[in-house]
Amino acid sequence: MSSHLDGNALAGALSDVFQGDVTAASARCAGCGAVSVLAEAMVYPDAPGLVVRCASCDHVLATIVEAGDRVFLSLSGMSTIELRRRP
Amino acid sequence: MSFVTRGFSGRRRDDNPRLPPGQTLVNDWPVLSAGPTPRVGTAEWELTISDETGADHRWNWDQLLALGVEDVTVDIHCVTHWTRLDMAWRGVSLDRLFENVESGHDFVMAHSYGGYTTNLPLEDLLDGKAWIATEADGEPLDPEHGGPARLLVPHLYFWKSAKWIRGLTMMPDDEPGFWEQNGYHFYGDPWKEERYW
Ligand SMILES: [Zn+2]
Repeated sequence: MSSHLDGNALAGALSDVFQGDVTAASARCAGCGAVSVLAEAMVYPDAPGLVVRCASCDHVLATIVEAGDRVFLSLSGMSTIELRRRP
Repeated sequence: MSFVTRGFSGRRRDDNPRLPPGQTLVNDWPVLSAGPTPRVGTAEWELTISDETGADHRWNWDQLLALGVEDVTVDIHCVTHWTRLDMAWRGVSLDRLFENVESGHDFVMAHSYGGYTTNLPLEDLLDGKAWIATEADGEPLDPEHGGPARLLVPHLYFWKSAKWIRGLTMMPDDEPGFWEQNGYHFYGDPWKEERYW
């Protein structure tokens, strides 16, 4: 029998993931498959939100929309993100 | 002991009834870009309306202008809080483009050179409410501002006025475009401050 937990079980794992320096993380572009360090991506700040594009193919990797007391984060353009644990 | 902090109200509306809530007047024209600026010459530019029959309605640059270019003076409201009043545009009414398009679908996805998309109800593009704009402030549209042609839908926030317009695709349901997928409102009425989800 399979069982699952509710989303509260993510608290530990995800807060672990979102610590650390995200710009040192690597991501695989869902458009072209290239793996690159996020710090090398192209960021367009002069839009209604931050737009992060793949340096190899221009595909949109991520967007961040600041909305007052909310932030919308889309990572749908990255198939996988590799983060380094803090030493 | 408790402190009550009054929200900042300021004079942002400037008591100007033409300024929607949360907007500030500007006199310049800020450039907002979500990516590299496509450089499309009028010789290669083309606009397509695609309906559910698979029939494409196409116009090249000269065919577009031959439909009739009108002068339009409208207020522009950007979701990043700036508003420009009485901005002078020239463009072709979408009523002319949709004259021979038969579609039972109520929604439209606008597609741009460069890959940008935004969704709109068809009724917001008809009856003198929207244009394919080719000039602004008395000049041909710069690539930075969406030239050679952009959508102009001034009654909605400006992200709906897709730069570098290349196509309109009829849709049976309202599906989100680029910013609408990433946090912005599906419709974007500035008078109701429909900025985000
Ligand atoms: Zn890529």
